[in-house]
Amino acid sequence: MMKKIIVCMLVAIMTAFMIMGYVSAASSPPAAGGMLPDIKLSMPRDSAEKSYLGLGFFGFGSFKIPEIKASLVIVEIFSMYCPYCQREAPNVNQLYDKIEQNPALKGKIKIIGIGAGNTSYEVGTFKKKYNVPFPLFADGDYVIHKTVGEVRTPYFIGVKINPDGSHQVIYSKLGGFEGVDQFLEMMIKLSGIQ
Amino acid sequence: MKTYTKQVLLVLLMGTFILSFPFVPTAYSLSDAYKNNIYNPGILKPTDSTLKVKVGKTAPDFTLKAVSGEMISLKQYRGKKNVVISFIPAAWTPVCSDQWPGYNIVKDIFDEHDAILLGITVDNIPTLFSWTNQMGNLWFPVLSDFWPHGKVAQKYGVLRSDGVAERALFVIDKKGIIRYSDVHDINKRPLFEDLVRALEKLKQ
Repeated sequence: MMKKIIVCMLVAIMTAFMIMGYVSAASSPPAAGGMLPDIKLSMPRDSAEKSYLGLGFFGFGSFKIPEIKASLVIVEIFSMYCPYCQREAPNVNQLYDKIEQNPALKGKIKIIGIGAGNTSYEVGTFKKKYNVPFPLFADGDYVIHKTVGEVRTPYFIGVKINPDGSHQVIYSKLGGFEGVDQFLEMMIKLSGIQ
Repeated sequence: MKTYTKQVLLVLLMGTFILSFPFVPTAYSLSDAYKNNIYNPGILKPTDSTLKVKVGKTAPDFTLKAVSGEMISLKQYRGKKNVVISFIPAAWTPVCSDQWPGYNIVKDIFDEHDAILLGITVDNIPTLFSWTNQMGNLWFPVLSDFWPHGKVAQKYGVLRSDGVAERALFVIDKKGIIRYSDVHDINKRPLFEDLVRALEKLKQ
């Protein structure tokens, strides 16, 4: 009987570790070449933001990043409380402007930000402070942050969206841009949108 | 067959038991500004002190040295500015490193409410100097309550049994009266909107 209990305990410990291994593997940062984890974002209330993301005027509830109407979505994981994100904010705004001012890129490349551990109020504070022109989403309880492997910030993820609705991560890296133009060129090259 | 079922059930039960232990969170500070230099003490007892001050009562005065070298007293703001005191536990720890940089971008909100922010920890000046340098230029003074160790934290009743301060916020009006206090769970960052609401109430 004792032997059986010991065997059962060993099997249980091994099973638990296997499950824990799966959990930790699932929460590593998204790898280039792979797919995004299941991230649900709340539909923006602002109609201009809805329209920018191509989610339809009457959209409500939540949506997933590959549903955004674009060929490439650049996702920034940031925080209002992160000094590097604060320093990077003007560069990301500049990236947005360069995309919007280029007729060949406008509508094809979209940018969103996800505020890790930031409430809607905190995300709104960051948006107001830096005049962020693209949609920012709150992740107050770190749910999304956990699914993307608890990355440090700022962290950028490039997601290529194919016409059939499938997607692929083409870029996934910690840290700001070395240069706005270089970053944009790299995104265009990696996604093959031009 | 019955024994086999029992064994499977036992394995499942034990597995569930093992998995029910909380996972230790990975060591990280959210901002890359600190690289890998943040020490993670793990999950701590949410609060570990007995508050000695009360909303509606006069805030105890203190004089502490700021990182800039200046000596700062609470009473110097009497009749001039509302004061927000932000005690944080320790330099180079996860949540603390991601708290003051947020306050650093909202000087306009403090100005709007005619308030100054005083950041206090029990660390010494050299430690606070290197740590706050990673945050960019802070617009508010950072004060060291290092020696006599944690004297001010002790006076307010926010010194924990291990010698660090609680993560606590106090809003003190121009008359020197405490109008808001939040001795927060040390493991979590207070929501910024709660502090803004407390500042808004000063006008009432």
